[in-house]
Amino acid sequence: MNLLYDPWPWYIAGPLIALTMFILLYVGKQFGMSSNLRTMCSIGGAAKYSDFFRFDWRAQRWNLVVVLGAIIGGFIASNFMSDNTVNINPEVAQQLATDYGINSAGEAYLPPELFASENLTDPSVLAVLILGGFMVGFGARYAGGCTSGHAISGLSNLQLPSLIAVVGFFIGGLVMIHLLFPLIFS
Amino acid sequence: MKYLSYLTIGIFFGIIMYKSEAASWFRIYEMFQFGSFHMYGIIGSALAIGVVGVQIIKKNNIKSIDGTEMNLHPKNKSVARYLIGGIIFGLGWALAGACPGPMYVLAGAGYFSILIVIASAILGTFVYGIIKDKLPH
Repeated sequence: MNLLYDPWPWYIAGPLIALTMFILLYVGKQFGMSSNLRTMCSIGGAAKYSDFFRFDWRAQRWNLVVVLGAIIGGFIASNFMSDNTVNINPEVAQQLATDYGINSAGEAYLPPELFASENLTDPSVLAVLILGGFMVGFGARYAGGCTSGHAISGLSNLQLPSLIAVVGFFIGGLVMIHLLFPLIFS
Repeated sequence: MKYLSYLTIGIFFGIIMYKSEAASWFRIYEMFQFGSFHMYGIIGSALAIGVVGVQIIKKNNIKSIDGTEMNLHPKNKSVARYLIGGIIFGLGWALAGACPGPMYVLAGAGYFSILIVIASAILGTFVYGIIKDKLPH
């Protein structure tokens, strides 16, 4: 296996994510990516509209630097460490193609049917991106965290609220894929 | 110097997200189709190590680098906000195929369309802040 170029298996990625969390704890911070969205609202002047955004966002600058790092990490990995294809279960790939006309599994990292810039002129594609992003932002703040804050940090600390949130993540995800996808994409 | 370490942590995290394919829409779809162990293995192994590590930190009262308590505060008790908020998050996660960490990673990987997703996530956060007092918590 070529570790630099091949996709990393779960037993390498999982422990490295745990390591990321421990390093952040060690430097006196915590692992949580969605709180940056609130910080960005505050920087943009959202405190004028709600007290929820009236906090010392300067104390959160460290996390924006982590975000900047994640952007750079994505650039490095996609340009120098990957052929930018994702091989999923062939049955799932086949199902995506027959049911929804998404034929790019195994050939791309994200489906161009949804993420190619030229498809932004398609109102239904644009609606999927806007609605998806909106629910991620709204839901993460409502639930007080996202995959990193609840599923990794919160559950590692054996917190019941995080377990409830993660159960919610999966209910929402399963409803979307199994009940709503057939309505949205076919 | 401190900021350089945060930047390094971010780069490290971004590479892991991209290389593990956890930032791929396909992997999220496959996870919710129970088509592969991959995503469950990533979250499960991170969690197993996380649980053991946090117990060790607590048992031995290990402090952070500047001598303060580590950030392991319990969250407020509630069911409604975590369940409803969680479900809304899950709907978006499966639709956009990206959660907040991977969104930034994909922006760095050059997917212009993900900027629409990020902007919408910021808008979603903003709307939550506006109407939060009317929602059950």
